[in-house]
Parts: sequence; structure tokens; C-alpha cells
Amino acid sequence: MNERTAALGGVALKKPTIEAQESHGTEAAALPEKISVRNLHFYYGESLALKNIALPVYEKKVTALIGPSGCGKSTLLRVFNRMYDLYPKQRAEGEVWFDGENILAQRQDLNLLRARIGMVFQKPTPFPMSIYDNIAFGIRLYERLPKSEMDDRVESSLKRAALWDEVKDKLHSSGLGLSGGQQQRLCIARTIAVRPEVVLLDEPTSALDPIATAKIEELIYQLKSDYTIVIVTHNMQQAARVADYTAFMYLGELVEFGQTQQVFTRPKETRTEDYITGRFG
Amino acid sequence: MNAAIYRRRRWRNRAVMTLASAAAMSGLLVLFLILGTLLVKGVGSLSPAVFTQMTPPPGSAGGLFNAIYGSIVVTLVGTLLGTPVGILAGTYLAEFGRDTRLATVVRFINDVLLSAPSIVIGLFVYTVMVVRMGHFSAWAGGVALALLVLPVVVRTTEDMLRLVPDSMREASAALGSPRWVVILKVAYRAARAGIITGVLLAVARIAGETAPLLFTMLNNQFMSTDMNAPMANLPVVIFQFALSPYKDWQELAWCGALIITAAVLALNIVARALSVARTGSES
Repeated sequence: MNERTAALGGVALKKPTIEAQESHGTEAAALPEKISVRNLHFYYGESLALKNIALPVYEKKVTALIGPSGCGKSTLLRVFNRMYDLYPKQRAEGEVWFDGENILAQRQDLNLLRARIGMVFQKPTPFPMSIYDNIAFGIRLYERLPKSEMDDRVESSLKRAALWDEVKDKLHSSGLGLSGGQQQRLCIARTIAVRPEVVLLDEPTSALDPIATAKIEELIYQLKSDYTIVIVTHNMQQAARVADYTAFMYLGELVEFGQTQQVFTRPKETRTEDYITGRFG
Repeated sequence: MNAAIYRRRRWRNRAVMTLASAAAMSGLLVLFLILGTLLVKGVGSLSPAVFTQMTPPPGSAGGLFNAIYGSIVVTLVGTLLGTPVGILAGTYLAEFGRDTRLATVVRFINDVLLSAPSIVIGLFVYTVMVVRMGHFSAWAGGVALALLVLPVVVRTTEDMLRLVPDSMREASAALGSPRWVVILKVAYRAARAGIITGVLLAVARIAGETAPLLFTMLNNQFMSTDMNAPMANLPVVIFQFALSPYKDWQELAWCGALIITAAVLALNIVARALSVARTGSES
């Protein structure tokens, strides 16, 4: 923890704000922005995948990114923790401000950034180790805890992810033995165990059945009291259920951003309306 | 449906099935013939003396202890030298090099080494080690076997690491792991059983190698633990004793062949069990 807070402490608390966009009301404009995207362009090799994106992500709110396949919503999500950096041909231009730092800057420490901005993927990805070690893995990267504290941390993370009751008697058996829904909650527990500030969810329920999906959605609702959440989803009902703000993307552009209720009931753009009423996508 | 066509197809199916089964059977038959011959000829002279006494001069009693000892030592040296280099090279190919030009070249050369005749490896080590040192030695034998272990381990390590999905690496990186943690704690862990299987198969391969040892480690009638001197080893002892005109030497050669075969078979079964355990846990 100390390393990370030290890095945080060195940063001035200047929070850049975007001029209030037409679509959100006065109440929204006053909210603190955890992440601010400006003039973001993204390239896969030569091809332009995101065009001039500007978007606020409000603190301790759930922001949903929706849009048809290939619209760039997952790409945008992977910019927030610079996951694209693992692949040499992908690059981003522009600015993404996170607590006063431009995370696209060259000197950004990616490991620290990813410890502060966690991510859960579409397919559950438990590591080939015990349930306990799956959770402890991320904690051990940045903290040295005595056994008892580590046990507490593992327990509270699993409780937070609503998985504790199902696994408390088999913490030392393999994480691969869990069901799909349990594995995904394990991945969420693993992510929040590191105590990130932002949690990115990339279609977290698309591989799950409706009951497991409902559990994860309930969980997202619980988590937003402590974390800023960005969720990519194909499922519009899901966005309507869990998100406070929704961004509709189409062909690499941000078409509309606003409060979820407004985007779904009174969209300003015809393309948004066509998509949410099922006319394409 | 045309009944004639259907009948003809059924007949053809049966004919091909019979041929395929016969081919599979003949393969198995050869294996069992070899095992059977070894058992019949070797089991007779199998006794505690084989594992405790030294190779005898013709006409007197003895065992294979020095040869078994030498084989274990040289196999260990070969494995210990070849495995770390092989695992590191395989890791480079799978995690860092991927499709770069250097990786492509290394991969190609490794494939060439993989199929290089073992006698060529023996001659190579003879030239660079035995000739320069002025004498045969167990070290030279170990190096020759290491060169045989290397490409097998490189190949299996790379293949097994490539089977670890990138989503696993991303998930690990997403928690803030530096790259070395991703590889050491996640990728290796996921590929562990496969890599161990590869090493065991490499050990099984070198355990029975004769040609590279003929040029490097030679043989020794007596017990020797000096790594800088020739040392007895099972394959070369079998080679020498089997070609000799002495009945008792020939019997010991059969016995040695049985021991090697049993050891290699056991290694293969362990490797097989490990890979089954791996696929079992993944499903």
C-alpha cells in the first residue's frame, strides 16, 4: 500500500474538468470526474479504431459503454488501464486524465496504474492455483502482510464479491474447480482485493447464465459505494439496470453520453434511438 | 437412398477398418515381441548381483553396477545442463520472441537440432571436448546428452507456454503484475505439468543413447566416480558385451537391455500420467 499511496501523494490534486456536455444535467456537472478522456484516438496498426473520444467517468458511479460489436467500447476500456500496451502494434493518442495524471504519458508506471485501475474480463480467468492464492496473488504484489491480516483480506474480498459462503470450506482447493459464475466472482474478488480506485468490467456476464448474471449485477450495485466502475456490455437491459451513466458508441465514435435514464428514454441522437429500440446492432 | 451404393460403402468401411486395425495390431505386436524377447533372455540373469557387482572379465561372475551408476550420473548431468537452458530458450520463444525474426531463426535451428542424428552430436562433442582435453570423460558424455535434451525441452516449453491463453496473461497484468511475475507465477504454473512431461520424455530419450557416448564417455571396466575419466554406462556396455563371443557377457547385455527398457517405459508412463492429470484438471 505504502508505495502506491506515496505515488499518489506526489500528485497535485488538480482535477481537469470537461465543459459540461449538452446531454447531462446540472446535477451531473457538479460530480467529480475520476477519469477524463479528451481527444482520444486509438490505432490498431494503421486502422483507426477510436475517433476523437471525449468522456467523463464520474467518481463512485457506474458508467456503461454500449454499442454494436466492433464499435470500440472494449478498446476504450482497455485504454483506461493501458492493457493495449501488451501488444506492440496498438497505440493511443490524446489525453486520459486520472487523478491529475495523464495516463497515456510515456513515463506512466503501468504496473502501479493497473493496481489502481483493476479489470475483470469477459471470460472468467482464474489462475491455476487455489482460491486463496488467487486472491492473495494481487495483494502480494504490492503489500507484505502477516498471515492473519492476509486471511482477513482474502475473507473480506470474497465476502464483498458474495462468494465467501460458497467457498469458505474449500479455500485451498483449485480455483479452476468453481462454476463459471463463481469463477467470475472470484475474479472480481481478486480485483477488489488489491483495493483499486476504479474497476473496469469487460462484458463480465456474457459467458454466464441468468442467475449468475443477476448475482454479478447485484454485486456491481453494491460495489459502487466504494469504487468507480466502468462496464462494457452488449446487453442493454443490463446497462439500464446497473449504470448511472451510459455512453453509446458507434463505429469508433462516441455518439451520446448522459444519465442512463435519459439515454434510454429520451435519446438525443437518432442513432442512439435506433440502436436501443433494436433497429440495428 | 440407393441400396447398392449403401452396401458398397458399408463393405468399403469394413475393409478399411480391418486394414487399419491390422496395422495398429502389427505395431503393438512388434512392441510386445521386443518386450517379450527382452524378458525371456534378460530375466534369467537378473539377480541382486547385477545391481551390486562390477562388470566382470569374460568367464567370471559379475554385475552391471558400475554401468548403471554411470548411466544415472551421465543422464543426470545431461538433464541438469540441458533443461535450464532449454526452459529459458523456450520461454524466450513463447513470451518474448513470438514472431520476431530472431525467434523464427532460433525455432528453425532448434528443429534442425531436434532431428540431428545423435552420432553427429557425439562426433561434435568429441571434436570440441575430447580432442582438446586429450581424453574421454563423463563430462563430455554429459554435454553430448545435454545437446540432445536441449531441443526437446525448448520445443515442449514453447508449445506448453503457447497453450496458456493470453487472457490469463492479461488478467495477471491487470492486477499490476510486472512481466516476470506474469511468466513465473502464472504462465509457468499453468504450463508446469506439460513442461515436466517434456523433460521426462527428454530423459527417456537420452537414457538409451549409445552413439554419442561411444565418442565421449567411452566405457570403463571398473567402477569410477571420476567425472574427468571414462566411465562405464549401460548402452555402451550392452553394445560391447552383445558383440562379444562370450556367453556370460551376452547374457549380461540382455539383462542391461531389459533394465534400460523398463526404466524408459516407466518414465514414459509417468510422463503420460502427468499429461493426463493436466488435461483432466483443465476440463
